[in-house]
Amino acid sequence: MSISILGARVIDPQSGLDQVTDLHLEGGRIAAMGAAPAGFAASRTLQADGLVVAPGLVDLGVSLREPGYSRKGTIASETRAAVAGGVTSLCCPPQTRPALDTSAVAELILDRAREAGNSKVYPIGALTKGLEGEQLAELVGLRDTGCVAFGNGLKEIPNNRTLARALEYAATFDLTVVFHSQDRDLAQGGLAHEGAMASFLGLPGIPETAETVALARNLLLVEQTGVRAHFTQITSARGARLIAQAQSLGLPVTADVALYQLILTDESLREFSSLYHVQPPLRSAADRDGLREAVKTGVIQAIASHHQPHERDAKLAPFGATEPGISSVEVLLPLAMTLVQDGLLDLPTLLARLTCGPAGAMRLPAGQLQVGAAADLVVFDPQASTVAGEHWYSRGDNCPFIGHCLPGAVRYTLVDGRVCHEA
Amino acid sequence: MTPIDAKRPLQLNDQGQLRHFLSLDGLPRELLTEILDTADSFLEVGARAVKKVPLLRGKTVCNVFFENSTRTRTTFELAAQRLSADVISLNVSTSSTSKGETLFDTLRNLEAMAADMFVVRHSDSGAAHFIAEHVCPEVAVINGGDGRHAHPTQGMLDMLTIRRHKGGFENLSVAIVGDILHSRVARSDMLALKALGCPDIRVIGPKTLIPVGIEQYGVKVYTDLAEGLKDVDVVIMLRLQRERMTGGLLPSEGEFYRLFGLTTARLAGAKPDAIVMHPGPINRGVEIESAVADGKHSVILNQVTYGIAVRMAVLSMAMSGQNVQRQLDQEIAQ
Repeated sequence: MSISILGARVIDPQSGLDQVTDLHLEGGRIAAMGAAPAGFAASRTLQADGLVVAPGLVDLGVSLREPGYSRKGTIASETRAAVAGGVTSLCCPPQTRPALDTSAVAELILDRAREAGNSKVYPIGALTKGLEGEQLAELVGLRDTGCVAFGNGLKEIPNNRTLARALEYAATFDLTVVFHSQDRDLAQGGLAHEGAMASFLGLPGIPETAETVALARNLLLVEQTGVRAHFTQITSARGARLIAQAQSLGLPVTADVALYQLILTDESLREFSSLYHVQPPLRSAADRDGLREAVKTGVIQAIASHHQPHERDAKLAPFGATEPGISSVEVLLPLAMTLVQDGLLDLPTLLARLTCGPAGAMRLPAGQLQVGAAADLVVFDPQASTVAGEHWYSRGDNCPFIGHCLPGAVRYTLVDGRVCHEA
Repeated sequence: MTPIDAKRPLQLNDQGQLRHFLSLDGLPRELLTEILDTADSFLEVGARAVKKVPLLRGKTVCNVFFENSTRTRTTFELAAQRLSADVISLNVSTSSTSKGETLFDTLRNLEAMAADMFVVRHSDSGAAHFIAEHVCPEVAVINGGDGRHAHPTQGMLDMLTIRRHKGGFENLSVAIVGDILHSRVARSDMLALKALGCPDIRVIGPKTLIPVGIEQYGVKVYTDLAEGLKDVDVVIMLRLQRERMTGGLLPSEGEFYRLFGLTTARLAGAKPDAIVMHPGPINRGVEIESAVADGKHSVILNQVTYGIAVRMAVLSMAMSGQNVQRQLDQEIAQ
């Protein structure tokens, strides 16, 4: 299959390319930009005047729910949702059942993802067996199966010595460790950001220090061990400042933020809607502004959906008894475009945070447009809009943005030169 | 991005009348005053030889308590009976939930038994909102206390107590003392006092028991009891639970009593005609001295009496608001 995409504004944040030109795809790769190569015969031509072509989005946090939680989502359903959101590469976290701590589980996920034939899937392996925080998982074996990084989810490793050793071991093999920085003791029992809103609602609070205390400790251990570290789901302005300080000292640290943290605040909890129950929690408006600033300056180089689909029953209880998480990968692009609409970022910078930024953090072969590279692309209309929920592929409809009119609409998502989504 | 459509407040009908009673948040002063006026008229019913009015005749009120309670449940039962309703009380903490039934299913089953009104107490903040929004919007839901969030009928009976003893709220200083952090009563009292125009609301306690950002309620925080009680008209004491001694909130009951316990000597700093309130059950010698609890300033037992009248007012108003809404919905449907 060979495809020509004609007349689009082609934006590649990695190389700084931003011009109206043509793209020609063949054999799953980008064959040429501009003029077609000699003898090129397109079997399909996409007229893309007024549309934008960018590298397919790279999402560092998409829970696929398989194995173990297929009532919430399957690899097929959630990767289908992902391509609808413009995502061509994604990382899935290790909180499956059983946990992603053996090559067998990693292989199962990769096989099913290949069968589904939607986004490319890059698993994040468990740092410790069963995510129990005690014994190291076979990190090198997992790497050889295809895990691109290792983390322990929100379940902290309780023993600092075990954590330090885990980091040293990972550093030995130049593996990337993903940190969810939330102090277990300070966050214990908490349901919402500790602040006026939680006080008002009578919800137990999770103080900002739950993040910053853990983050400060983790950064010191990263400095000591020299491990490649990625800090995921930063929620506070002070947390972002700690990352910035570490980067200015030259530490090899990157960071991401959940897209919804750049949009929502704890103000949303006022009516106790369980759709806004997330972990780590939505924080204050000042935190949101601090996170936005860090995204703008590049201290936070990746925006991720942190997609967590749920079955209906998981959200059908009083706030504290519901399961945390928002299903949103399938509106990743239009929801992120609200940041451009609000004047926070220009389009190329936004795309950088959604493509080469996350790809670089995880060293993925993705997130850029290069002749000869895989043709993983998103083609979207920046002037059109998307009504969230009009089509819905994810098994989880736990998305507070459903019914909202969002700017931008994905027209085509291509993975390895194949149109996986078309609207 | 376009925000969620502004929707009608959950607990009001299209005409702004009460149809559920979940929280005092967002309720206008006029509505709170109407509750107090209605309760005043019901106090007279309680003084009669035959203590019944037929307002809820033929209706079924279901008390569903997922947490233990004696006073609140009993006064709700009496209130419903005095309105001539049929009353069922369920102590759910010992039945369905231990069999794994969810809150959702328990309430749905009771709804299927044609209950017209639920009085619910639950340990999760927001439980009453959840029931009113997702389980049975057609049944009037009265919050009998949800987690640390709200206890709106207690809040209103406290307001009735203050109004009957002080005449109004405009020139009052009111102090709420003790474990504010874990108290749904304190939260409802603060909202009610604010809405009714009380100019000086104080909360008094150690920082470990004062919620973060509480100043947003329009209250002043004091950590010194003598300073906080100076010239106040009303003192509301809160119950201190034993389990607060673990986890570093307080060193001991003794130290708490020494610093924040209400004694005759401490009360002398308040206005000479100050009243002392407590939602009960009281811990003598932990937050309050017996001489104060039983003394001439105490209105603690009056609160219990007023509680029945306030609950009668809320039950009858919410039932009427539901009926009005049902008629409105039928008219639209036709």
